[in-house]
Amino acid sequence: MSQHAEPHSREAELHIVSPKVYVAVALSLLALTAATCAISYIDLGVFNAVVALAIAVIKASLVVLFFMHMKYSSRLIKLTAFAGLFVFLTLISMTMADYISRAWGRW
Amino acid sequence: MSSATIVNLPDPSTARIPKMNFLTRENGLLSWLLTGDHKRIATLYLISITFFFFIGGALAGLIRLELLTPQSDLMAADTYNKVFTMHGLIMIFLFLVPSVPATIGNFVIPMMVGAKDLALPKINLLSWYLYILAGGVMIYTMMVGGVDTGWTFTAPLSTHYLNTNVISAGLAVFIAGFSSIFTGLNFIVTIHKMRCPGMTWFRLPLFVWANYAASILMVLGTPVLAITLVLVILERTIHIGVFDPAYGGDPLLFQHLFWFYSHPAVYIMILPGMGVISEVISTFSRKRVFGYTAVAFSSVAIAVFGFFVWAHHMFIMGISNYAALVFSLLTMLVAVPSAIKIFNWAFTLYKGSITFETPMLYAIGFMGLFTIGGMTGIFLGATGTDIHLTETYFVVAHFHFVMVGGMLMAFLAGIHFWWPKWTGRMYPEKISQFAAVVTYIGFNLTFFPQFILGMLGMPRRYAAYPPQFQVLNVFSTAGATVLGVGYLLPVLYLTWSLRYGAIAGSNPWQATGLEWQTQSPPLTENFTEIPIMDHEAYDYEWLERQQAKEVASV
Ligand code: HEM
Ligand SMILES: [Cu+2]
Repeated sequence: MSQHAEPHSREAELHIVSPKVYVAVALSLLALTAATCAISYIDLGVFNAVVALAIAVIKASLVVLFFMHMKYSSRLIKLTAFAGLFVFLTLISMTMADYISRAWGRW
Repeated sequence: MSSATIVNLPDPSTARIPKMNFLTRENGLLSWLLTGDHKRIATLYLISITFFFFIGGALAGLIRLELLTPQSDLMAADTYNKVFTMHGLIMIFLFLVPSVPATIGNFVIPMMVGAKDLALPKINLLSWYLYILAGGVMIYTMMVGGVDTGWTFTAPLSTHYLNTNVISAGLAVFIAGFSSIFTGLNFIVTIHKMRCPGMTWFRLPLFVWANYAASILMVLGTPVLAITLVLVILERTIHIGVFDPAYGGDPLLFQHLFWFYSHPAVYIMILPGMGVISEVISTFSRKRVFGYTAVAFSSVAIAVFGFFVWAHHMFIMGISNYAALVFSLLTMLVAVPSAIKIFNWAFTLYKGSITFETPMLYAIGFMGLFTIGGMTGIFLGATGTDIHLTETYFVVAHFHFVMVGGMLMAFLAGIHFWWPKWTGRMYPEKISQFAAVVTYIGFNLTFFPQFILGMLGMPRRYAAYPPQFQVLNVFSTAGATVLGVGYLLPVLYLTWSLRYGAIAGSNPWQATGLEWQTQSPPLTENFTEIPIMDHEAYDYEWLERQQAKEVASV
């Protein structure tokens, strides 16, 4: 049905990822899960959440890049995913801007 | 062009509706319920949203009747709360959000880009089924007693204090949200991937640009609404403690999340309408839209800026003063692209060969009313004036000017504009011009007094009010009756025209869009052969040459 841009997207669809890559990613995900569990036994003070979130972000990135094929996708698809991320960061950062500055000038 | 009309109909004695078209291609209920044809799905959507529009309208009638007198006498105060909540929920999520995109957009976008259908026809059908499911759950909610949180689901009211049907109402909106995500997704993919040869981005009709921008908002914004509603439901059922201070939550977090979707949502509700206005203004003034690129990019700018202003709904709720300052500033900025559009349409009219067919009357109504609506938004976006005006009828008037005076007018403009394409028949011109004028008068009579009421301090969302506000409320209720007539008329004469309207031919308005270069109603595949776009959008000279060629070859 579509005319142009066809060869490009076909190429992206047909990119074959070797099982080795998948296995490696799966193993790293398991390792990171183990790391999350292990670290939960150590008290890092304020860094508890930071470390847990950092590991979660790495895991999510692996899933998006390899399992969801983002690494091999066209720039347009990458841009689409980035747009979602951008909106999410806007939501978090501007909401935090309110929380952080709420008490300013009131003490 | 000196004639008072541009309408160009085929000779009525010989004209016929083409035997083969998308309406006659297959028969039977199943051929509709299982269709993948974007034009049939658009038709299903049109019927469904009209149904919900009239339910929402009936509720509006009840609200206005109650407010005829200062006492709460027609219904009890908590019934009134339910009525305005259901009115808002139905009108916003089941009418305005899908109004232009899912009906008109669905119908014309594939044709405008020169494609046979949307990129994902099954997803398109799924979107309609989700819409119907959402509508069903909403009606269920209403039948088991309704909900009275306001359309804004305000926490902690919705999570703690009310024992009405918050969960099923939330579920209905959740489902409707996915329906709108699928529509948006479909448009984005179609506009990127299915444009016909020669159809570059800057040859797209502005209607396509506007819907593209709205689709971005639908796809990126709606998931946040879905998450928020799930959190409300979880808070209500198992007290997870995100919004409840007793469990370490924060009610303002709800406001942030809700308005993060709902401000962009107001642009979902206006951008497609602005697209209609661009098409109509250009066609009925026989001129290319002034500043095409500026209008195209202003749609995208509205979509992007729309994500940075949400806290203007929260100025008095106890957010940080500094955040309020920044959000106020950003709110002023978002009005700029809207103004760009209005100015460009005005310049399109300048020295154009203007004719006043019905779609044009609605479009001109839009320009006036949306301008007032948008400018009063600036009042509300200024933190100082907002403290006085927020939660008063001023806000109610503001958003009805943009939503009813803006989007609903644009929807009606679009329905009349593309009706000949959709059905192959013309609507009756005189009575529909009359209806357009009636709507305009009724609208102003209904909503203008509400600005004054708000200024005077009448709060919104109460069944009773101090007696000194009665006169203006009577005006408003009287106007609502006129407005009701204005909306009933199109249903009657459009239905009438299905059978008795004059045969329209393929291009009654002599418009330039690709959708007008095919038969009406179109074939299921839209075109007999894939069109090739070899001219700019709104090129009326190209059209003239084209028609001259046709005459010469006959
Ligand atoms: C053109 C620029 C616009 C500006 C600067 C603007 C600004 C605002 C502000 C500041 C408020 C909050 C008022 C308050 O609660 O105190 C508001 C409310 C609202 N606006 Fe607008 N607005 C604009 C356009 C629109 C459009 C295009 C729509 C819809 C199509 C819209 C729909 C609404 C709705 C529904 C509310 C009320 C929400 C509620 O509390 O129920 N606005 N607007
Ligand atoms: Cu807003």
